[in-house]
Amino acid sequence: MIDFKIHQRDSENVSVIELKGYLDAHTAPDLETAFQKLMSESKFNIVVNCRDLSYISSAGLGVFMAYVEDVRKNKGDIKLTNMTPKVYNVFDLLGFPILYEIYKDEQEAIGRFQGAKK
Amino acid sequence: MNMQAAQRTKIILSRTDNLLVIREFVSEEARAFGFSDEDAANIILAVDEACTNIIKHAYQYATDKEIEVTVLRKNRCFEIRIFDTGRSFDPTTIRQPDLKEHIGHRKRGGLGVYLMKKLMDRVEYDFHKGKRNEVRLIKNLSNASKVAER
Repeated sequence: MIDFKIHQRDSENVSVIELKGYLDAHTAPDLETAFQKLMSESKFNIVVNCRDLSYISSAGLGVFMAYVEDVRKNKGDIKLTNMTPKVYNVFDLLGFPILYEIYKDEQEAIGRFQGAKK
Repeated sequence: MNMQAAQRTKIILSRTDNLLVIREFVSEEARAFGFSDEDAANIILAVDEACTNIIKHAYQYATDKEIEVTVLRKNRCFEIRIFDTGRSFDPTTIRQPDLKEHIGHRKRGGLGVYLMKKLMDRVEYDFHKGKRNEVRLIKNLSNASKVAER
C-alpha cells in the first residue's frame, strides 16, 4: 500500500518536491517537516510536483498555506505543477489558483524561477 | 419495512491512519450506489473532512475514541451519518474562508467545513450535549456532478 512519499531534488536555485500517494491529516505532518527543512536551509524557490499525488484533503492544503507567506517574504515562491484533474479540483474549490501559480509542467515552473534570477 | 433502504456501518478508532479505512469504505459504497468516479471522489473527501474535524476538534487527537460511520442508501439518496461522543462543535460559526486571510494569519481551520458544503447537496448537524454528535452528509444521484455549478 502506498501511503505518502516525498522526494526532494535540488537543482541550481530551485528545490523540487515530488509528492506521491495520499496527502491527508495523517500524512500532512510529513509535508510540514519537509517544508520546515527547506526553511531552515533557506531554500525558498520551491516547485511542488503533484504528478503522483492521488489524493489531497484540506489538511494537506493547509501546509501550503502555512508556509507560503514566509517563502514569499524571502523573495521565493511555492509553485505547484502536474496536478491530476481530481487533485486540481480540490485546489480550485478553495480558490488556490488565485493565490498560487499552478503549471501543467514542472519545467515551466522552474523556468519562471530561472527567469526571475538576477 | 422499506425494502429499498439499505445501510452499512463502520466503526473506527479516532486515529488519523484510520481515515484511509473510512475512505475505502465510503468509496466502495458510493461506487456500488452508481456514482461516477468524480462524484465518489467528492463524497470520499467530504467524509474525510468530517472525520478529520472529529479527530481534531471533538476528540482533540485522543486516539482511543470511536467514530461511527453509517451509509444509508434509499432510492436515489445517499446519506452518510457520522457519530462521535466528543466535544460539540458549532459549524454555523464557520463562514466561507477567505484564503488571503488564512494565509496572513496562518489560520488553517474552517476549510474542511467549507469543502463539505461545496461537495455535498446537504450537510446537517445534530448535537446532543453529553451524549453524541451527528453529522449527516447527503448527496442525491440525480444531483451528481453539479459541484462546479454551485
